[in-house]
Amino acid sequence: MTQQLVFYPLLLQMLLSIMLMFSWRKISWQRVISIVGSIVNVAVAILLFSYIWQNGTQVVQAGNWKAPFGIIFVADTLSATLVLLTAIAGVAVSSFSSASVVAARLKFGYFPIFHFLLLGLNGAFLTGDIFNLYVWFEIIIISSFVLITLGGEKAQLEGSVKYFTLNILASMIFLTAIAVLYGLTGSLNMADLALKVAAIQNRGLVEITAILFLIAFGIKAAVFPLYFWLPDSYHTPPSAVAAIFGGLLTKVGVYALIRVFTLIFVGDVFLENIILVIAILTLFSGGLGALVQNNLRKVFSYLIICHIGYMIAGLGLFTKLALAGTIFYLIHDIIVKTNLFMVSGLVFRIRGTNSIRNLGGLYADYPKLSLLIAIPLFSLVGIPPLSGFWPKISLIIAGFEEQRWWVVGAIIFASLVTLIVIAKVWASIVWKERVDLPRRPNFRYFARLKKVRKAQMIAPIVFLSMVSLYIGFGAEQIQKVSTRVADELIDNNQYIDAVLGPQQNLDHEE
Amino acid sequence: MEVLLAIMIGVLYAAGIYMILRRSLVKLILGIIILGNGANLLIFLLGRVVKGSPPIIPADSEVFLSVYADPVPQALILTAIVISFGLQSFAIILVKRAYKVVKTDDLDEMNAIDKDS
Repeated sequence: MTQQLVFYPLLLQMLLSIMLMFSWRKISWQRVISIVGSIVNVAVAILLFSYIWQNGTQVVQAGNWKAPFGIIFVADTLSATLVLLTAIAGVAVSSFSSASVVAARLKFGYFPIFHFLLLGLNGAFLTGDIFNLYVWFEIIIISSFVLITLGGEKAQLEGSVKYFTLNILASMIFLTAIAVLYGLTGSLNMADLALKVAAIQNRGLVEITAILFLIAFGIKAAVFPLYFWLPDSYHTPPSAVAAIFGGLLTKVGVYALIRVFTLIFVGDVFLENIILVIAILTLFSGGLGALVQNNLRKVFSYLIICHIGYMIAGLGLFTKLALAGTIFYLIHDIIVKTNLFMVSGLVFRIRGTNSIRNLGGLYADYPKLSLLIAIPLFSLVGIPPLSGFWPKISLIIAGFEEQRWWVVGAIIFASLVTLIVIAKVWASIVWKERVDLPRRPNFRYFARLKKVRKAQMIAPIVFLSMVSLYIGFGAEQIQKVSTRVADELIDNNQYIDAVLGPQQNLDHEE
Repeated sequence: MEVLLAIMIGVLYAAGIYMILRRSLVKLILGIIILGNGANLLIFLLGRVVKGSPPIIPADSEVFLSVYADPVPQALILTAIVISFGLQSFAIILVKRAYKVVKTDDLDEMNAIDKDS
């Protein structure tokens, strides 16, 4: 019973999607099922996390085929943490979308696809098989294609053509990398791959395979030369969709990078240097991109790219402290980015535009809301003691210890740029004089919404802001989790032992 | 056989990437399909090509006696084909829809997003 706990987040999301499909046109039913189901999902995820926290890594072999022959699901602390964060972001976005997404979109299967997306995310975090990871990635991207095109506006279709092409290209490269890796080792199980790749004599081939994985996951995670699809597409769908995309989709890429480069391709100086260079360039280009944008959601899109750089930098430094910083940043970033895109949706509902030039006077009209918005905005900058501050400290200290001055410089530069951007955003949407815009006739302004809908929009923002505050003020707890994850990542024998059993590991070393 | 396959895979990858780099939407889809076929063949080739020895253990033995054809790559290819089939059919509908709404199949003219900021 407890062993199958690993499957429950997957089964629950699948059950929810199927239930939602049976109530296809009944939107009010769908809203209830989605929100209640997401709350249950949070409970399941907490259960899983606390079980993993007490009992260590859990492995489930599908169909009882012994590893490395069958497909396995592995829940270590990193996976369990990410499943929990997915559940938290999921419940917030579920509530937010039931109020902010228009009924016409909901009628065409918004909620079922949304839960399929969450199913794919959970699967990708939990699987221990590299080809299975590919399959989960495909489930994620096909769901995201539907979500990003649903509604079929002109800008949406143009954005989705770019989004579609780059994602499918990334999948092909991923598949190519798996093919080469299978040719080299004859295995697909990630723990088994870790042992077999380490034993390969021809390091050149291994490096090329690693670079293929780096490109495939780099496109998904939107790192330096491969990010152009992101700001072109993330501002086109409804803000609820952008929230789940911005919060979680790029992070799946980061997760895959962390998993592959801490487990399979370890200890290669050449690769670590490449990752560091990419991280520095990502920090610079994302930050500079955010400075010149005038659409609120485009600004946030560039900030996503910029902050991916922090996590990649931690991975490149590859010390325990740096990895702990990466994980802490991942936890902080998923919550804050989801929240920020919901804030942009709220601002859009209030004013009818997302252009920074035309926004303003939010404080005069909605003083309490403005204060609420301040929490995610300034958490993102990382003004102490808010949540963005702590991981940056870890990363900077790690950078000093490794004497990588460029990395330290880039991290500080990106922080400064984020501060400038957020100050600009804050000043123009909250403090600036209100710009009188022509009222859009058929637009559902926030003031015209029913009370329940208003609550459904505000509650998730309050909820995620509270989580952000907890991450900031309870940083000790989060640091404990991050350090434990970093411990497990640095010493990959723990993962391998859990999957293959300690005996097998010994055999290979002899 | 291996050399022939390797050359073919190279040609498929090159053609696929060339087609993706073109500006026309239809050529983009063709490129994606060709690239997908190249990747599938690559899995097939790297799973080692073995002729005429299926992975069946003889009744009087407990282990394989000779080199056998690895069934895993074929399972992988089957999965990959099904997935790419779904994605490609979605892509064709998307392109048709985009063509109807934007009224061009030139990717360079799809820049409405850059204009409104």
